[in-house]
Amino acid sequence: MSEPETAPRDPREEIVEHLRPMRAFAMSLTRNSAAADDLVQDAIMKAWQNIEKFEAGTNMRAWLFTILRNTFYSNRRKAKREVADVDGAMAATLSEKPAHDGRLAMKDFEKAFAQLPDEQREALILVGASGFTYEEAAITCGVAVGTIKSRVNRGRNTLCEMLDLKDDETMEMTDRATMAVVFEMTPPQRFSS
Amino acid sequence: MKDNEKAKREQQIDENLRRVYQKVVEEDVPDRFKELLEQLRAQETSQ
Repeated sequence: MSEPETAPRDPREEIVEHLRPMRAFAMSLTRNSAAADDLVQDAIMKAWQNIEKFEAGTNMRAWLFTILRNTFYSNRRKAKREVADVDGAMAATLSEKPAHDGRLAMKDFEKAFAQLPDEQREALILVGASGFTYEEAAITCGVAVGTIKSRVNRGRNTLCEMLDLKDDETMEMTDRATMAVVFEMTPPQRFSS
Repeated sequence: MKDNEKAKREQQIDENLRRVYQKVVEEDVPDRFKELLEQLRAQETSQ
């Protein structure tokens, strides 16, 4: 027999345990469940074929998320060459101002979240929701820890601004230029302070 | 006071983030993924 009977567990057997978080992360990247599942499928196949690149004993979830993320960005680069501005169309449908009823409703939050730039969305999901450390998120995204921290901060601030519109006091502190971009209003007018 | 307000907002944001994420995590994984893994495994052993 060429293979020992008590071979160490094939790390590929572990992939199945990460399917749920992979789908959640894919959903936050694609904002569309069909696209998210296609992305997860691509990532599984890549992970399977490249399993020898996984270092035993390291964080498999972070490794899988990295593959997922790279697949997302490379697919999108390809798609961008083929389809004109899908993102723009998506943003337009999401660009209405969220309703305010005192506390923020889940739908409003999801809409606001979907409008964040990709890199802020992924940083927030990794650190704020999936329990990654800043270091793990930095490795997953291939950037410095400081970059992740600043993306998380900017993402949180933008969400605060988007969800705080009704509050006059907060309005004062709001960066109007950011808001203009966020809500796709006409270009911001210069305002005197 | 403002800092307090901000901290509260941030907390609320993180809570919502977790909820957005958790909503998908709690969904049943479609069969296609388990089927795909089985298929990949089968290919492997037939080689």
